[in-house]
Amino acid sequence: MNDMRVLERAVDNQDLKIAARDVDVYYGTTHAIKSVNVEILDKTVTAFIGPSGCGKSTFLRCLNRMNDTIDICRVTGDILLDNEDIYDAKVDPVQLRAKVGMVFQKPNPFPKSIYDNVAYGPRIHGLSRNKAELDEIVEKSLRRAALWDEAKDRLDQPGTGLSGGQQQRLCIARAVATGPEVLLMDEPCSALDPIATAQVEELIDELRERFSVVIVTHSMQQAARVSQKTAFFHLGELVEYGDTSQIFTNPQDSRTESYITGRIG
Amino acid sequence: MSDATAETPRKSSLYRTSDRVKRRNRSEVRFRVLGLTAIGIGVAALALLVISIIGNGYNAFRQTYISIPVELTADRLDPDGNRDADEMSRVTTFGYAPLLAQSLYTYLQDQDISMEGVSPQALMAMISQEAPAQLRRSVLDNPEMVGQTVDLEMLANGRIDGYFKGRVTMASAELDSNVTPAQLQLAQRMADAGIMATRFNWAFITNPDASGQRPEAAGLGVAILGSFYMMLVVLALALPIGVAASIYLEEFAPQNRFTDAIEVNISNLAAVPSIVFGILGLAIFINFAGLPQSAPVVGGLVLTLMTLPTIIIATRASLRAVPPSIRDAALGLGASKMQSVFHHVLPLAMPGILTGTIIGLAQALGETAPLLLIGMVAFVREFPAAPPEGLFDPTSALPVQVYNWTQRADPAFVERASGATIVLLLFLVFMNAMAVILRRRFERRW
Repeated sequence: MNDMRVLERAVDNQDLKIAARDVDVYYGTTHAIKSVNVEILDKTVTAFIGPSGCGKSTFLRCLNRMNDTIDICRVTGDILLDNEDIYDAKVDPVQLRAKVGMVFQKPNPFPKSIYDNVAYGPRIHGLSRNKAELDEIVEKSLRRAALWDEAKDRLDQPGTGLSGGQQQRLCIARAVATGPEVLLMDEPCSALDPIATAQVEELIDELRERFSVVIVTHSMQQAARVSQKTAFFHLGELVEYGDTSQIFTNPQDSRTESYITGRIG
Repeated sequence: MSDATAETPRKSSLYRTSDRVKRRNRSEVRFRVLGLTAIGIGVAALALLVISIIGNGYNAFRQTYISIPVELTADRLDPDGNRDADEMSRVTTFGYAPLLAQSLYTYLQDQDISMEGVSPQALMAMISQEAPAQLRRSVLDNPEMVGQTVDLEMLANGRIDGYFKGRVTMASAELDSNVTPAQLQLAQRMADAGIMATRFNWAFITNPDASGQRPEAAGLGVAILGSFYMMLVVLALALPIGVAASIYLEEFAPQNRFTDAIEVNISNLAAVPSIVFGILGLAIFINFAGLPQSAPVVGGLVLTLMTLPTIIIATRASLRAVPPSIRDAALGLGASKMQSVFHHVLPLAMPGILTGTIIGLAQALGETAPLLLIGMVAFVREFPAAPPEGLFDPTSALPVQVYNWTQRADPAFVERASGATIVLLLFLVFMNAMAVILRRRFERRW
């Protein structure tokens, strides 16, 4: 895991997945996100970096309308997923969230069995016709989250009994099971030890084959290790967005440079 | 703060406790003593209460009976001789009483037990007034008994019963116009001969209430049923309404002035004196809605109103205790708000909800004041029918029965009231134990 790999990591896909146009977010009277424009590519890992409180998590939560659950939060501007405005009055956030899955900062498995954790999404969305199909989805999702070998013998045991890293991979499996197109990850490794972090990062790289992954991280090393595109947020503004290799080696904005060299944040 | 500044640390031995630390330790000891005293006073008060109630009340669970053979002479009980229950019912309790007195008199003579100083009237007064009524009921139920000699177990009079329980003594009998020392001496002789004995009193649990002259026959049957019916009504109404209201307020309601007002009012309702709910019940359920007085359905409705705030507050607290990350996880997977609540939040909040409900029910079970206002103080001897019709029949309730009995003149009722309190306390202990067990059973970690 060294930062030199950044240079080898080329963007190999130019299909547009999510486009945000002039997005502003207000918490009550606080202007949390200021006129952000960003284009997220399909089958690419996009990292949002920036100091604490810069709005990167807030912006991430706009992408699957998780901010709807906060009463005082107001979002303006357009966010297009495959050219459809997700804030359109016709869009049901429930349907949106099935397409745009999310993994949270702290592992939050349901206090149910490992199997039920993964099967919950497919069940409520009716993705399987019978038990055999559901079993298959669960196995595939757990394999994709690199948890199958560890969990296959104890699928009926509670998900809360796993270790932290396993729990986070279970949450990823759970998110993957609903068959999303985009996977949002809000600092997925901040509660994990270095070994578990490495496993999850490896996993993110594999997930890129199928999904567009957007990851918020505090760790610049992590952004450099896993992402192809990087966006740098500062004080609610999107300061710079570009290929990860360019951001880390040749930042255009002085604030970006200060941040990645450790002078601010 | 003169020259002893931070730069020159004061030299001191760790082995010598400084004055400051000593003072701190002393105040800590004082506080611990204070706390222990407070707990001690609490425990002592509880122990005193329990001991006095049990001391007074355990005798209510024992009762003195007279066992003699009684000849049910046909010409007295069935003059027409055709064993028709309707015709036989024309013989009133007063027709049976002489029969019992006669049998007792003859039996005592046969057994050579001296009835010195006890007139036939006084001898009859030793039998409970309830005994002929009980005999009449069993004869009417079973007309073939007429003409036979049956072994009968009849209640002894409350004063005689009191003698065996230590409530009535020779000295107190001297001053009592209801009982004479001669009667007590005879009772002692009968007990020695095995005719009179004290045994466990199931009738206390199963019998209905009895009038002031026959405390020996009074029981809690109707009151227990009435309380049980009311609890059914409270459970059926308060649990769903309370849980639904809490879920809406906690998970769905927008935060605005209207919901704030509701929230404040619910908290206030929990503090409203219970008798106010009784007035409300009287005005709305009885006077306005026309529901019958003394009925468990009205009592249940009033107690539901009283219990709702308790259940809502407990339910909201346990919903709030479910970590928001669980809601996020469900919503993030594309579950709807309702799915996230019913699939994930509610099961996790269940132990708290059940505990709150049971504590609310226990509170309702012990409530007296509102029931006084809706007519549940009435003297009820008829058992209510099975629910649902029975919910509209007049009944009593356990705490009201205690209140009723403490007001009666005969000291035997004091014992009954304490006995009823024991029963009530047993129910409360049982319910609280259920709350603990349910919480243990359903508790899950997350």
